[in-house]
Amino acid sequence: MEEIAYSVHPIIVTLVGALLGAGYFAFLRWQTQVGSVNISLLIGAISGALGATLLTAPLGYCMFQADQKSEDILVGWIAVALGLLLTLNIFSNLLWRYFRGQRLLPRGDTTPGAFRGRFGLLYALAVLSPTILVLIYFVYLPMFDTLRFSTFLARFGAPRTRFICVSNFSRMLSDVDYHSNLFLSFALSFGIILIAMSLALLIASMLNQPIRGANLYRTLLIWPYAISPIVAGSIFGLLLGTESGIVNRVLDLLFGTKVPWLVSIPAAQISVVLASVWNVIGFNILFYTAGLQTIPKDLLESASIDGASAWQRFARITFPLLSPFTFFLIVTNTIYAFFDTFGLIFVLTRGGPTESTFTAMYRVYVTGILASDIGKSTAQSLILFLIVVGITIVQFRVGQRRVQYGNY
Amino acid sequence: MTESASSRFVFDPSAGKHRPLWRRLIPQRWYAHLILITAVVIITFPMFYALLISTQSNPEVYNHKFTPGTMFFENLHTVMVQRNMGRFMLNSFIIALSIAVGKTIMSVLAGLGLVYFRYPGKWIVFGFVIITLIMPGDVLLIALYRRVVSFDAWPHPYVALTLPLLASATGVFIFRQHFMTMPPDLSEAAQLDGASPLQFLFRVLIPLSWNTIGALMVIMFLFGWNQFLWPLILLRDQDLQVVQWGMQSLTQNLEVGDNFGPMMMGVIITSLPPMIVFLILQRQFMKGFALTRDK
Repeated sequence: MEEIAYSVHPIIVTLVGALLGAGYFAFLRWQTQVGSVNISLLIGAISGALGATLLTAPLGYCMFQADQKSEDILVGWIAVALGLLLTLNIFSNLLWRYFRGQRLLPRGDTTPGAFRGRFGLLYALAVLSPTILVLIYFVYLPMFDTLRFSTFLARFGAPRTRFICVSNFSRMLSDVDYHSNLFLSFALSFGIILIAMSLALLIASMLNQPIRGANLYRTLLIWPYAISPIVAGSIFGLLLGTESGIVNRVLDLLFGTKVPWLVSIPAAQISVVLASVWNVIGFNILFYTAGLQTIPKDLLESASIDGASAWQRFARITFPLLSPFTFFLIVTNTIYAFFDTFGLIFVLTRGGPTESTFTAMYRVYVTGILASDIGKSTAQSLILFLIVVGITIVQFRVGQRRVQYGNY
Repeated sequence: MTESASSRFVFDPSAGKHRPLWRRLIPQRWYAHLILITAVVIITFPMFYALLISTQSNPEVYNHKFTPGTMFFENLHTVMVQRNMGRFMLNSFIIALSIAVGKTIMSVLAGLGLVYFRYPGKWIVFGFVIITLIMPGDVLLIALYRRVVSFDAWPHPYVALTLPLLASATGVFIFRQHFMTMPPDLSEAAQLDGASPLQFLFRVLIPLSWNTIGALMVIMFLFGWNQFLWPLILLRDQDLQVVQWGMQSLTQNLEVGDNFGPMMMGVIITSLPPMIVFLILQRQFMKGFALTRDK
């Protein structure tokens, strides 16, 4: 058998992972001062080695072979880093639970009202099976396919596929168009979160006041939640049309200018943000209203008696206690900006002018469906997946800490 | 608690009677009303304007007339008959209803299986379901599409369209939480009476869960009605397309703009069903999420 030449040998990759893992666990041990040093180092090294091989070994360490370009090696190290992030977090969590004497696994469920009888497991399997089967076949297997195809040269309609290692990813590193698509997605989320969430919080705070007609106001304010992005895009296409649009009509009367909203940069991007904000604000108001009702009135009253001003009550009590809702909304708004704006952009600007309103999801559609490139589009989908996972983890971690802060 | 402190938080209609006339004319917390009315005007205006345009002809649109036009029935005819929106609405209604009903039934059953039985590894099953929350359908779009079209024995394209969407981590989570808040005495009593788990589900759990079911049905119906990208790539036959697809077909040549009346008529009829569902089930929806002010 021919010896494969590596520019970075798999053993070195594994050792680097083990060293980093041991270092991280040593740091945790020093920080917490709980548990045995030797066991920390050992488990740290093992989980580090596991993390370094997790994403690279299934591909045969192909990105570290001698004939690969430097971008592929970089992608290889990114894969090592992602694997490490996953395994080090899981194992450190488990190990320190063990050190603290906590349960490693969730408690075997002891529901008080559970049905007794011999066929409990069978019965449970029967009622759970529709959900589980659909999830396996239409979520887990496509997820696996997405991972697999992202390392392939594959096209719709072409029966032959070829393994091309991480080329689909390494080409992204120099794909300037894709960078601007990703940037637009992030900028869009930022704009939506900033505008739609702060306005929604203001409106929800007003709705939460003891005023007449609050229920009517609420109904009139949250209904855009029911409107589809396609419809939102269509309406804003009418409002923002250069000649036909009512917005330009008003601008013309007031200032004597017309803005080519949908056909110039950056006006087109701003138009997309405006339409998206209108589309999601009802949802945000809905959840902020729900959140404000969870805040105990007596807490605000006693703060009021102690002489706290309205702003102080908001900044010191209401806003911190709302943080679980805020983080939830950040996640849902980001997911809206990344994925659901597709339909809105599809009718409002068609991605134009000159691809300036192509979001990363729009790019997946263009690459995968219009250009039939399965490999490249699944690689782009995986980037989106990583972003969703990243945001969810950040939300979960920060959210947990802040909830504990407000837990009384 | 002092009287003045509590009155800041409790609305008391009789309080106004001892006030001077100008205080009675200007509502309490006028700033809240001002902000809310501004918000209502801004948020409602686009839809109101769409309704107005849906009755107008193109010259009327370009002249920015703020009166209802004369083309209401013509536009309605153009959209429903010529542009086939009636058919698309029926298609979307079938799809959205199947998704809403299917997702709810599957979620209720899964919730039952996750709460009312005792077996090892239950948390693994729950984790298996809940972790799919981080895998949005759009991320899986290409692979799912490939998987669905590679199977050619689908009885109907709509089965291929709806089946992958039927499992719902959100729904399972909501029903699991809901069932866990039910008093255990309920199922103890049901077991004493010799009820099977499914009898318990239909006779006890479901009658106690209508608000949750209603809330979930609203979300799922909207989710199904607003489907666009998945039908766009999956359905080859244009007559089977969904209402959102029909809506986007009305917006072709947006900047040229020779069809604003029919386009806004499309907006109105595409938005009516979800808004009606939302308004009718609003009470369930709010209660399902514990959003009513007086709880």
